[in-house]
Amino acid sequence: MLSKKNKEALFNPLSKDNPVLVQILGICSTLAVTVKLEPAIVMGISVIAVLAFSNVIISLIRNTIPSTIRIIVQLVVVAALVIIVQQFLVAFNYEVSKQLSVFIGLIITNCILMGRLEAFALTNKPWPSFLDGIGNGLGYTIILVVVAFFRELLGSGTVLGFKVIPQWCYDHGYEDNGLMILPPMALITVACIVWFHRARNTELQETN
Amino acid sequence: MEELNLFVKSIFIDNMIFAYFLGMCSFIAVSKNVSTAFGLGLAVTFMLVVTMPINFLLDRYVLQPGALTWISEDLKDVDLSFLGLIMFIAVIASGTQLVEMAVEKFSPSLYASLGIFLPLIAVNCAILGGALFMQQKDFPSAMTATVYGLGSGIGWLLAIVGIAAIREKIAYSNIPAPLRGVGITFIITGLMGIAFMSFLGIKLG
Repeated sequence: MLSKKNKEALFNPLSKDNPVLVQILGICSTLAVTVKLEPAIVMGISVIAVLAFSNVIISLIRNTIPSTIRIIVQLVVVAALVIIVQQFLVAFNYEVSKQLSVFIGLIITNCILMGRLEAFALTNKPWPSFLDGIGNGLGYTIILVVVAFFRELLGSGTVLGFKVIPQWCYDHGYEDNGLMILPPMALITVACIVWFHRARNTELQETN
Repeated sequence: MEELNLFVKSIFIDNMIFAYFLGMCSFIAVSKNVSTAFGLGLAVTFMLVVTMPINFLLDRYVLQPGALTWISEDLKDVDLSFLGLIMFIAVIASGTQLVEMAVEKFSPSLYASLGIFLPLIAVNCAILGGALFMQQKDFPSAMTATVYGLGSGIGWLLAIVGIAAIREKIAYSNIPAPLRGVGITFIITGLMGIAFMSFLGIKLG
């Protein structure tokens, strides 16, 4: 079940081959949903679900897809799964689905999906593809959660909606940094994570 | 006049990259030199202009609740809006195929330099995002939707050419090793985003 290769498929994307930090996939949605922690977690879970199951489906039919129309086939599979997730969210967590607005729909065009489908699911058996999907989804979610944590903490002084910065700090003149809530700071937060990550993993550094 | 406002607004204030982060993947990956960036920007703009009115008409006459009444009164309870994503992505994917063939025919050098990113326009978030925003904003006519598409496309083109120009310049700078490449590009994009936010205060019309 978990041979060495499968373990790699599952655990490599968490850090060494992280989809956001190293493969630079799925930036588009990473940044827009990270103002607060809760939507970020919901987004992460949605991506894990869509990624794992689309990987399995594409992997199951990989030998029957003609390569000329594979992009359209992949998009249709992904779009169908995303619609399921979207309807599910609207039914069970309407508030968050409002906050995420178009970004759930944009999971379809999340490059992680196309990237993993092309690079892994098309050439591997269903079980490793499933693990690869879970692994990459988790790697994506970790980044989302870290970015959202810092943005919510510094931007609104809360974590998951609870006040964590005590009142006496505000009494002594501490202010929430309004800039952190604005979209551009998401990019700079990710850049800081990239910086930290590559300082630890020197083999990932680029020459220019 | 309203169209002109929308046009300016979609270029600067609602800029696809700096306000919504749509199309970031190709934005980061294809911005190493200005000419390739310009080519991709044109392709994206073209795709937005072409797909926006088609998607608008689809939305208006097929997908919205009660949109099918033009066929027969009996269909007024039909709500196909849950099919929106699939319809939009199908239009975009087939459009991309067309653009790819056209570029390959007329500009082989651009085709070679865009490489994998040409088919990836199909999954460029900016284009599907444009369609979804169009649905959300509820434009009055296909003309307005096209203007919105053109504006968003030009905004995206402007952003990617800008970042490519900056990256060409900083290629010779002494950047801390872990930040080279991706890291510094993120930071510059963030700073450009902050600069673009100064447009936020502008009220048009």
